[in-house]
Amino acid sequence: MTGQIIATYAAALSLLIGSGFIVVGVIGLLKFNDPMTRLHAPTKVGTIGIGMLLLASMLHSFSIGSSSLHELLIMAFLFVTAPVSANFIAKVNILRRTCETPPAPPRDDTWSTLNTPEGDPDAAVSDKN
Amino acid sequence: MSAATSLLDIASLIAFAALAIGQILSMVRLVLGPSYGDRILALDTMVINALGLVVVLGIHQGVEIYFEVTLLIAMLGFVSTVALARFLLRGDIIE
Repeated sequence: MTGQIIATYAAALSLLIGSGFIVVGVIGLLKFNDPMTRLHAPTKVGTIGIGMLLLASMLHSFSIGSSSLHELLIMAFLFVTAPVSANFIAKVNILRRTCETPPAPPRDDTWSTLNTPEGDPDAAVSDKN
Repeated sequence: MSAATSLLDIASLIAFAALAIGQILSMVRLVLGPSYGDRILALDTMVINALGLVVVLGIHQGVEIYFEVTLLIAMLGFVSTVALARFLLRGDIIE
């Protein structure tokens, strides 16, 4: 019985921590003034915010008696896919030149993200932004 | 037990409010732009916030049937983010 009460309190605390991180991350998404800096802020929403909400869901399922660890699957999926999508968005920023262009690579002409093949009109248009 | 349960109710209401604020602010970023990367990032954040809303709804109602919904939203959000970014990067999604 006391374990269930402790689990309920812990679930409420996790919900509060998670909602705090979500608000902080989204305010950062709105207030920062550089695309790469904005990319940094919502990672708090995706990892700690949603992680705490899923932890609260697990603790709540313990407190109501039907314990389940399903949410670990969602947590693992989100933690694996968040860096991949962030990398893709950063590559879009580099391609559209909305951030500082990285310095030239030492042993090649240009970065593969910025490389446009010869005679490709679509790539030339997209490179112009 | 009742004090803990009422605390959980209040906490889930606060989490609903935080997620709603998150949806509204990231929608503002989606409209403002200014670059495509920001719009994709705002859409990704909105998908993650929707996922959190479903999770908190499951806690609030005390049921577990929203697990599959959450997993599906997570997978669709990842795939749509990657598809949008790839379309801008390569001009095509599947080459």
